[in-house]
Amino acid sequence: MTMSSGEQKERREEKLVMDAGDIARAVTRIAHEILERNKGVQALGLVGIRTGGVYLAHRLVKRIQEIEAASVPIGELDITLYRDDLSLRKEQPILRKTSVPFDISDKIIVLVDDVLFTGRTIRAAMDGLIDLGRPAEIQLAVLVDRGHRQLPIKANYIGKNLPTAREENVQVLLEESGEDDRVVILKP
Amino acid sequence: MSLKRKDLLSLAPLSVDEVKLLLETADSFKEVTGREIKKVPALRGRTVVNLFFEPSTRTRTSFELAAKRLSADVINFSPSSSSVVKGETLLDTARNIEAMQADIIVLRHPSAGAAETLARGVKSSVINAGDGWHEHPTQGLLDLYTIRDRGLSFEGLRVAIVGDVAHSRVARSNIHALVKLGAEVRLVGPPTMMPFEVKKLGVRVYYNFDEALQGAQVIMMLRLQLERQGKALFPTIREYARLYGLTTERVKIADPGAIVMHPGPINRGVEIAPEVADSLSSVILDQVANGVAVRMGILYLLSGAS
Repeated sequence: MTMSSGEQKERREEKLVMDAGDIARAVTRIAHEILERNKGVQALGLVGIRTGGVYLAHRLVKRIQEIEAASVPIGELDITLYRDDLSLRKEQPILRKTSVPFDISDKIIVLVDDVLFTGRTIRAAMDGLIDLGRPAEIQLAVLVDRGHRQLPIKANYIGKNLPTAREENVQVLLEESGEDDRVVILKP
Repeated sequence: MSLKRKDLLSLAPLSVDEVKLLLETADSFKEVTGREIKKVPALRGRTVVNLFFEPSTRTRTSFELAAKRLSADVINFSPSSSSVVKGETLLDTARNIEAMQADIIVLRHPSAGAAETLARGVKSSVINAGDGWHEHPTQGLLDLYTIRDRGLSFEGLRVAIVGDVAHSRVARSNIHALVKLGAEVRLVGPPTMMPFEVKKLGVRVYYNFDEALQGAQVIMMLRLQLERQGKALFPTIREYARLYGLTTERVKIADPGAIVMHPGPINRGVEIAPEVADSLSSVILDQVANGVAVRMGILYLLSGAS
């Protein structure tokens, strides 16, 4: 959900919910939790959902490397072709490439996304992932869980639970896309 | 940026950004065709009809595979086994197909402009898979994709298109797109095979093959349509092969890294020597492989809800 939000800032009021320090600490805690739950990096792989999830996955892999001194394979997933609203859209969304350069079969795959909302993206991501192989297990890590699920999906690792109104817009802004690290709620 | 078109009829009217979008979209599908499970659900529930009024194996199979890998349902329709032999018009045939809820019609037809006529008459998206001597836009795009995939950039790229340019819809699509993207296009062939008003195309015309090959980075051979022999375009096939056939010696005149392309089917020993067709500089089979990914991209981009 990361957007180039220079223009957004001027037009809409934003409420800061996580700053750079909060994000860094959440990433560090999730990295520890992933290692604790899976007893190390054995058979572990991280797959970020484009675009915000990819940035966070890279940060998690880096942190895990610092903690455990072991490297974890990383992939990038574009879920567009698996969306459930393709037949409803007038113009098809731009595709970005999926690149998972390791065999996911029999691995524990941690899917990484920035915001967990309706759960539809994660459903699409799981379908996309399973087309690439048969993981032993799929886990889910998100920086923000904002509620309002429309599918029975739950994250294993959560940076911050953020109660929101449905019409509010939660944005995770990251340095990788030219922003100062922060999570904001944009008022409708 | 998205493709705001119902149909893909020709490359001539496309903007540079539209061409780039089509090529970049094909990248994603190239990844899909490299997977063990070469199928994505993007066009689930959609119907693609291949309506081919001319014989074709490569293009029809390529479209069929592309549609199937997108999870669309595909119907192949050819006139020999249909009501066309009973005198039905193109538009009536297409309207019947449309009444069966076809979302995309892929049309190959011997008359230039057939795809455009069809597109105006039906609500379904229409993809031109070759109309007479006019255009073959999906072949043009897969050729561009193959060039780009080899790491060549279009700005200033020296491309020689060799053979019966006048009667080649493949050449016409390539010329329009390559000139648009800034390439230096050289047309090579006997004067009888050069299109009318060739000067307006923004290309250079050569009658001497060796001259045109100097520094060429892409050598795009066209199929000599042997059925045209006897129509006063060239005296004998042997003479044609000597003057305009691509041999190993001629490849050496071109840029050291030059690639050799051909839309197929090839006439070995006529426009292309067997050892050239099978050489490392030949990307003929890459063109075929890329064709599926490029067509998946086109089907995807045209599949928006109407």
